[in-house]
Amino acid sequence: MSSQDIPEENLPAEQGAAHGAVGVADEEHPFADPGLPPHEHRIQDVDERAAKRSERTVALMFTVSMLATIGFIASFVAIDVDTSVYIWPLGHISALNFALGVTLGIALFTIGAGAVHWARTLMSDVEVADERHAIEASPEVREKVFADFKQGAKESAIGRRKLIRTTMFGALTLVPLSGVVLLRDLGPLPEEKLRHTLWSKGKLLVNMNTNEPLRPSDVAVGSLTFAKPEGLEEHDHGFQNEIAKAALMIVRIQPENIKDKRELEWSHEGIVAYSKICTHVGCPISLYEQQTHHVLCPCHQSTFDLSDGARVIFGPAGHALPQLRIGVNDEGYLEALGDFEEPVGPAFWERG
Amino acid sequence: MKKLSARRRHPLAALVVLLLALACTGGLYAVFAPADKAQADETAQSLAIEEGKKLYAVGCASCHGTGGQGTTDGPSLVGVGAAAVDFQVGTGRMPAQQPGAQVPRKKVIYSQAEIDQLAAYVASLGAGPAVPSEEKYGPEGADIAKGGELFRTNCAQCHNFTGKGGALTHGKYAPTLEDVDPKHIYQAMQTGPQNMPSFPDTTLSEQNKKDIIAYLNAVNGEETESPGGLSLGGLGPVTEGLFGWIFGLGACIAVAVWVAARTAKAKKS
Amino acid sequence: MSTTANTDSRSRGKAPAGERVADWADGRLGIYSLAKANMRKIFPDHWSFMLGEICLYSFIIIILTGVYLTLFFHPSMNEVEYHGSYVPMQGQLMSEAYKSTLDISFDVRGGLLIRQIHHWAAIIFLAGMFVHMMRVFFTGAFRKPREINWLFGFLLFVLGMFTGFTGYSLPDDLLSGTGVRFTQGAILSVPIVGTYISMFLFGGEFPGDDFVARFYSIHILLLPGIMLGLVVGHLILVFYHKHTQFAGPGRTNKNVVGMPLLPVYMAKAGGFFFLVFGVIALVAGIATVNPIWALGPYRADQVSTGAQPDWYMGFAEGLVRAMPGWEINLWGHTLVLGVFIPLVIFGLFLALIAVYPFIESWVTGDKREHHILDRPRNAPTRTAFGVAWITAYMIMLIGGGNDIVATHFHLSINAVTWFVRIGFFAGPVIAFIVTKRICLGLQRRDKDKVLHGRESGIIKRLPHGEFIEVHEPLSQEHMYTLTAHEQYKPAEIGPTVDENGVERKAKSSEKLRAKLSNAYYGEGNQIPKPTVEEYREITSGHGHH
Repeated sequence: MSSQDIPEENLPAEQGAAHGAVGVADEEHPFADPGLPPHEHRIQDVDERAAKRSERTVALMFTVSMLATIGFIASFVAIDVDTSVYIWPLGHISALNFALGVTLGIALFTIGAGAVHWARTLMSDVEVADERHAIEASPEVREKVFADFKQGAKESAIGRRKLIRTTMFGALTLVPLSGVVLLRDLGPLPEEKLRHTLWSKGKLLVNMNTNEPLRPSDVAVGSLTFAKPEGLEEHDHGFQNEIAKAALMIVRIQPENIKDKRELEWSHEGIVAYSKICTHVGCPISLYEQQTHHVLCPCHQSTFDLSDGARVIFGPAGHALPQLRIGVNDEGYLEALGDFEEPVGPAFWERG
Repeated sequence: MKKLSARRRHPLAALVVLLLALACTGGLYAVFAPADKAQADETAQSLAIEEGKKLYAVGCASCHGTGGQGTTDGPSLVGVGAAAVDFQVGTGRMPAQQPGAQVPRKKVIYSQAEIDQLAAYVASLGAGPAVPSEEKYGPEGADIAKGGELFRTNCAQCHNFTGKGGALTHGKYAPTLEDVDPKHIYQAMQTGPQNMPSFPDTTLSEQNKKDIIAYLNAVNGEETESPGGLSLGGLGPVTEGLFGWIFGLGACIAVAVWVAARTAKAKKS
Repeated sequence: MSTTANTDSRSRGKAPAGERVADWADGRLGIYSLAKANMRKIFPDHWSFMLGEICLYSFIIIILTGVYLTLFFHPSMNEVEYHGSYVPMQGQLMSEAYKSTLDISFDVRGGLLIRQIHHWAAIIFLAGMFVHMMRVFFTGAFRKPREINWLFGFLLFVLGMFTGFTGYSLPDDLLSGTGVRFTQGAILSVPIVGTYISMFLFGGEFPGDDFVARFYSIHILLLPGIMLGLVVGHLILVFYHKHTQFAGPGRTNKNVVGMPLLPVYMAKAGGFFFLVFGVIALVAGIATVNPIWALGPYRADQVSTGAQPDWYMGFAEGLVRAMPGWEINLWGHTLVLGVFIPLVIFGLFLALIAVYPFIESWVTGDKREHHILDRPRNAPTRTAFGVAWITAYMIMLIGGGNDIVATHFHLSINAVTWFVRIGFFAGPVIAFIVTKRICLGLQRRDKDKVLHGRESGIIKRLPHGEFIEVHEPLSQEHMYTLTAHEQYKPAEIGPTVDENGVERKAKSSEKLRAKLSNAYYGEGNQIPKPTVEEYREITSGHGHH
């Protein structure tokens, strides 16, 4: 990596070495630098009337800004927060938001426009050259710094007193551990949490929309129904965490159209219940195409075939949607015959 | 009157009155009851079926079969009901024009009267959902907020938060629900046209459907307010990003070009 | 300091109030030495040098509006029933975070405007950083001594992405909640520690009751704090290094030509702040951004199609969407490659552009300072690399919105996904080749212009009937500008025989460098600059054109 690897002649010659204003043509720069062009005057520099015009324009900008600010305050006071107006082509919009936005925008923009117009037309536009200085320090400074450092290090005796050095590094390495340990209570350990849902044997499948338990006759071929386990209510604390795992998607497929044997076994007369949570990263998946029996995830387009064990037929999901084994209880309601046999939702390291 | 008053005490008088009363009640019932009204309209109905059959033979039979039994080009129409016909033909989807991933909504070519006749004919082929009456999808008694929740549970996954539509697999799509007649939205939920699943009353009650339609009307109707200004299609971050790049950053850069540009020089004379 | 007599006489005298205040401050802060170096500091004029200012100003706007929003926002996930003024949400259960965002939008006067300014400014901030970074890249402004500042800028871009993400997740609406769910799923895919990180970040299972409050402190304190520090460092370095400039008459590597900070740049840069703020305020007044009221409160079992992140996360989204669903189960463990690989590529791909300056300086072996910018055409390989990088980025951005692309261009979403999958690999290669050819073509045209002059548009008929176009020679300034760029010669592998005559094997790193160097500067990879001899030969010739 050292610079010796590349011979100096491969580099272009140092550019513009010690140029004053005008350069000299050489091999590297066949056409000499003619130096800064002479300053040309602007109209405002030579014509006082033009300068006056510019001054008036700038003042006008600042005045408009003042008026716009007054407009902003007036709108704030006068317009109700829920007033709606129709403004083409924006549509039916909030009058207050529009008025405040436009007046604030104008108030700010005209300050900027005024300042820039002032700078562009009235302030000096003579280009000036500023010399650059190398960032690198001179060799003498470098020597001095190293000497100082060595002196300091020597005086501290850190090189000689190895015991101090070693124990100090030890202490400094260990002390951040306290901070790491403190983070422990951010959350519980995973344990088996991702493996279980609220479903268990005998739990009724409750219709998400009507909050009534479902009967087989409620579920028609080609329809789509969402269900939750009985006893889980929207007002419950922890509803979100539970529904994030237990949400169910129920469809009915003619038994002869079900290709997967286990799927048919776990269904009730063609009524199949699948987890609504995508196995990719956990979006609720339910874009069900009733003719193809495909269900698509709106987040990343994983596609599952509900007539074939919900196996993945497109997209980034790695495994099939888990199926819930269902049956009918004595009163004729659909019930779960147990929890999901595998974890629902996204895959994780311990999933196995 | 004398005659009447004379016979009032006839042993059979009570019986006659009873019979008369029954007849009256029955007659009144016959007049007001919907079932009997249909009875009364039977001739009109069978006429509609006749007319519908003719229209069907010309416009539909080539794909759906002469008796609606279905062919390789079109599904069976037995049992789809009048609601399905009213939806498909009433939104211009049927008759379909060209093969494709999905039959799109287009200009309606039948009059409502003709659609009713077609619906009557198809309904006569097998029982199915009837065309809903207006109070089922009207705004009275609907809970907009509940409709929103139901919409997000049942519909938004395909049709987007406020019904702007979205993509399905292999070129299929869930269409936008803008400017769709509430009746047709109701029928779509009832019948599940094309790849859309159906949401029968047993799983999405009539009240649920009414709520959903009211919500849609509130957030995707003609008068829907977009308080923040241009709604950018209601498509979310993709259009917002484009707008931000082109008009936000674009305007800032345009301004920067002006700030850095050279001021016009006085012409040398 | 030997102040006594001098300062005393100054402050006791009848100096104007302003001067006395300045003296007071100087006595305590030493502002005069700072001002001496900087008050008339020179800045060059070019519109592309103001892209960074757009970022700086939108950052300031975001901080100002963000502070205002914290006054009204409740970072809590407690479930409450809504009874505010937005009718379609009446009686709905929602988190306090969502409710307070609805209140900001509908019940606080001007709250909606400030929310929209905040969000639009964030979108523009990130877009501005992207464009600014590309300007620096394509002009070679990242070269010594500015590599560290390049890294500062890169870090700002990455941190900006995450600040934006944690910010738009705060309202706890259905769209952002879906994004958070995605993040949680992605975290789960990390081998070995994924489930633990997820549990610790969310305080248990998803979604839990904690993440809004935690994201809040990350969004308003941790990340902006770091960013503020980096911005300050970035600016100090810009001042310290002085700005780069394009080659031109009188502009050398040892000077900087432009106009002084006071007054011109004070007015221009200060004015530009108001201009940017004005533009963003106008945009926020006329265009909706993130209408959370239309999205609904987050529920873990609800979703909407068209679920995209804000644009700067779209690249990551595209990677995840395009990835095939690979999953390996071994010894009771699952390796979720379908999610983890995109996660890794996301990091590596961004890092690629970050480390580029170090790769290029290794290839050239150039240890000198560079203050004169390259025109992109004069560094064809770098330019081609940059365009290839952008191409891959843009293709993944399209991939992130593949459903919107599919519905609006009537395409199959599967076809769009396949296009993205193939395009991610093929696109950059094609872009590289095409860009390089275009650059070389432009170099040739520059050379032609120098040697033959500018096409004047005047057609002349020669005595023997031939029509020619008259070419006008370029001005000296113009010719200098077109030939001022540097050209390297390709590096060769050092002598394979050392000073003692013993043969040594060339190290593989040397071979690689020689190869790369040849690809950068070898024959056919740059057009030699016109020489004086060539020019003389042509111009002294009779009527050659």
